[in-house]
Amino acid sequence: MAVCVETAAAELRDVYSSGKTRTCEWRVSQLKAMLKIAIHHEKEIIEALNSDLGKHEHEAFLHEIAAVRSACRMALKQLHRWMKPEKVKTSMTTFPSSAEIVSEPYGVVLVISTWNYPILLSLEPVIAAISAGNAVVLKPSEVAAATSSTMSKLLGQYMDVSAVKVVEGGIQETSALLEQKWDKIFYTGNSKVGRVVLTAAAKHLTPVILELGGKCPAIVDSDINLTVAVRRIISGKWGCNSGQTCVSPDYIITTKDYASQLVDALSSELERFYGKDPVNSKDMSKIINSRHFERLSKLLDEDKVSGKIVIGGQWDKANLKIAPTVILDAPEDSLIMNEEIFGPLLPIITVNNIKDGINLITSKEKPLAAYIFTNDKKLKEEFVQRVSAGGIGVNEVTLHLAEDTLPFGGVGESGMGSYHGKFSFDAFSHKKPVLYRGFNGEISARYPPYSPRKLKFLKAVLSGDIIGIIRALLGW
Amino acid sequence: MAVEAEAAARELRATYATGKTKSFEWRSSQLKAIQKIVSLHSDEIVEALRSDLQKPEFESVVHEISGVSASCKLALKELNRWMKPQKVKTSLITFPSSAKIVSEPFGVVLVISAWNFPLLLSLDPVVGAIAAGNAVVLKPSESSPATSSLLAKLVGKYMDASAVRVVEGAVAETAALLEQKWDKILYTGGGKVGRIVLSAAAKHLTPVILELGGKCPVVVDSAVNLKVAARRIIAGKWCANSGQTCISPDYIITTKDFAPQLVNALSAQLDKFFGKEPLRSKELSSIVNIHHFNRLVKLLDDDEVSRKIVRGGERDQSNLKIAPTIISGVSTDSLLMDEEIFGPILPIITVDQIEECVGVINAKEKPLAAYLFTNDKKLEDKFVRNISAGAMIINDTVIHFFEAGLPFGGVGGSGMGAYHGKFSFDAFSHKKALLKRSFAVDISARYPPYTPGKRRFLRAVVQGNLLDILRSLYSCW
Repeated sequence: MAVCVETAAAELRDVYSSGKTRTCEWRVSQLKAMLKIAIHHEKEIIEALNSDLGKHEHEAFLHEIAAVRSACRMALKQLHRWMKPEKVKTSMTTFPSSAEIVSEPYGVVLVISTWNYPILLSLEPVIAAISAGNAVVLKPSEVAAATSSTMSKLLGQYMDVSAVKVVEGGIQETSALLEQKWDKIFYTGNSKVGRVVLTAAAKHLTPVILELGGKCPAIVDSDINLTVAVRRIISGKWGCNSGQTCVSPDYIITTKDYASQLVDALSSELERFYGKDPVNSKDMSKIINSRHFERLSKLLDEDKVSGKIVIGGQWDKANLKIAPTVILDAPEDSLIMNEEIFGPLLPIITVNNIKDGINLITSKEKPLAAYIFTNDKKLKEEFVQRVSAGGIGVNEVTLHLAEDTLPFGGVGESGMGSYHGKFSFDAFSHKKPVLYRGFNGEISARYPPYSPRKLKFLKAVLSGDIIGIIRALLGW
Repeated sequence: MAVEAEAAARELRATYATGKTKSFEWRSSQLKAIQKIVSLHSDEIVEALRSDLQKPEFESVVHEISGVSASCKLALKELNRWMKPQKVKTSLITFPSSAKIVSEPFGVVLVISAWNFPLLLSLDPVVGAIAAGNAVVLKPSESSPATSSLLAKLVGKYMDASAVRVVEGAVAETAALLEQKWDKILYTGGGKVGRIVLSAAAKHLTPVILELGGKCPVVVDSAVNLKVAARRIIAGKWCANSGQTCISPDYIITTKDFAPQLVNALSAQLDKFFGKEPLRSKELSSIVNIHHFNRLVKLLDDDEVSRKIVRGGERDQSNLKIAPTIISGVSTDSLLMDEEIFGPILPIITVDQIEECVGVINAKEKPLAAYLFTNDKKLEDKFVRNISAGAMIINDTVIHFFEAGLPFGGVGGSGMGAYHGKFSFDAFSHKKALLKRSFAVDISARYPPYTPGKRRFLRAVVQGNLLDILRSLYSCW
């Protein structure tokens, strides 16, 4: 497959050089084609997601299909505006002149997707790349096999295959792709492979966007509307692919005093949502495969953790299902507190003072998202000030992703770069400044032979010192 | 030196964790300290630059000292505004809510500087890092040792050593620094070391800005004000550190017909600027060291090249000076067209039709800058649309560097990321999304058990269709 990858990259480069992908017409046609896929093949997509992830139609529609449609529509609506060069004021330094910043595509880009939102995390970056005028190769995750093959079929059917290609496969194909030179790479996944991608990109000086993960904490203060808070937490955790979501709350921090109320509220709302037999609830996704299932059961089985389960803990290995499980005060050195859980297990860590929660969070790697439920303005401010994360939600979890005016991306271990809304267009654009001058307005002070007077004049110009300029011009 | 690098990183991390560098007061105090350095010690700086590069005082003041001073001034003036979170609109989906984008420092950052503008390319990024609230280690280039040691002395004297550190040294020290974990790295230099920096950064998932180089082309059309064009080309080439500048014109493209006129114009202006004995001119910088001098002389002495010299070619090894040299009718596969020249040699490529310049330029790596002299709007349009470069200027060279409203950075082989002006602040800031909601409105359609009715409602909300929303609200789920 090294041969077809090299061929694919070369073909795309030729097509890109022809200039076709840069035209507004081409971009619009491709965005419309993508929209068609998301509208006319909704059923097929939902089936593929159900096959790969046991994802309920509700989640499949809301989190994946609706989001893809929305991204297409926004790009179609805004494309003209986004493509317009941005005029920039120029200063005395280059007077007389005018300037603008021109957005141009990078060229031929690679999007490597992942398995948990296989439609969304494949197509949204592709939409971004196309709207910015790039040719693009998409490598969907082999772990979500049905969706990978559905996307390959549909994109092959609707899109311009000379400039938008899908390369399916596993590690070998990904490695072969990473050997090629790309003008930008967009990777969604984990930090281990993120490092591999960055290292491969370094050889070609390729800029990279990494959308990684991390342990997203949620602080729950007392004196809040606990029912609403708990519903939102449940929705962001178990209502998002059974917790297999990069921005799901990974663990909760609350006070020792408040913990039991929180556990009770979680317990009663979980029952309202998923019934008395949650393992068999059709409203929750399954675990993606037996490897991850084993990984998660191992987290639960660890001695220091298994005795601390306060809700759930049941599982069905045959159907790869784990019930919503809450663990109270797992030790700091337990496995579950040291890796991104990415599943339906929710540890609650208790502290004496809710502020200690902030110290706990800042002692760990920067997460993709951090949340706080509170009505205490001061605590809110301190949280926002001190906690560095990709994004922050106050009294909400995961919903900041739905706002396309907010950049979505990580920092530190949770990634670099961002996208969504116009940030998507910008992510795949090189911002090229162009300065326009005429042949008038010659400043001979620039040229040798140098003199103290010329120096004085230029110093004044560079610091915008109008009086200094006049003085220098008058020879003072 | 591994110990020094590790100690610097560790101490700065401890300082950063206290939150000190995030305060407006600290940032402001450090920016003022940099201003003091360049204003109170300009004589020493000029001396150091003369020692390292034989840089004329004029260039030292205009390019380096004024450059740093202007950056500080702008940052001090705008800092409050830059630091303010940016309010953004929210949609029906999260109603009621408010959202902002908050700029926060990355943490502890590393700036690796270069030798050709050793003051500017050290302090300008440091201004950005500090304005954004980071702690910063600066590694100046060992190839400009006088400036490096002056920077170490002055930064040590005026700045907060617990958060702003200079680490001097060469390859070993740089390697030791690159072993540490940084929250951002800004590197200015060549593509080979750029790759090394990126690979080292990959281990720690550190984002990097690379300010590299490339072969910056100048296309010269006929029907231009040739005198002005020639002066501006000379200014960007030989009045900028003897062509040892990442954005200096590297080579010229013009038509076969026009080349002789261009050569004459350049020659005439060169006489005016540097006199008949340019090697003796104090206005010409020297080549930084014997290694680069030999590299450039080798290019000049190549058989193919030496017989095409139309101006200059003289050299003075004892003073490491090479006269402004123009070579005409160079072929695109000549040695001179292989690598970035980074010196006072200017090849001219001739084509039949000026439009062919696009093909010549696009056959190479994307340069840090591309220039065009023309009065032909069609050519101008073709140039801007079809050539990718870090930046472009029509009818001038290098001067975009001083426009703080324009991002300065490369693309492809010439780098990634950008800085200058507010772009410096942004380069060293993480833009953190913030969404605030109240407990007031909660839409139960989000929650299981999932029903078709809930789905209808959510569809309508997602589509922003008010009528559908109302319709679905009236059916039960």
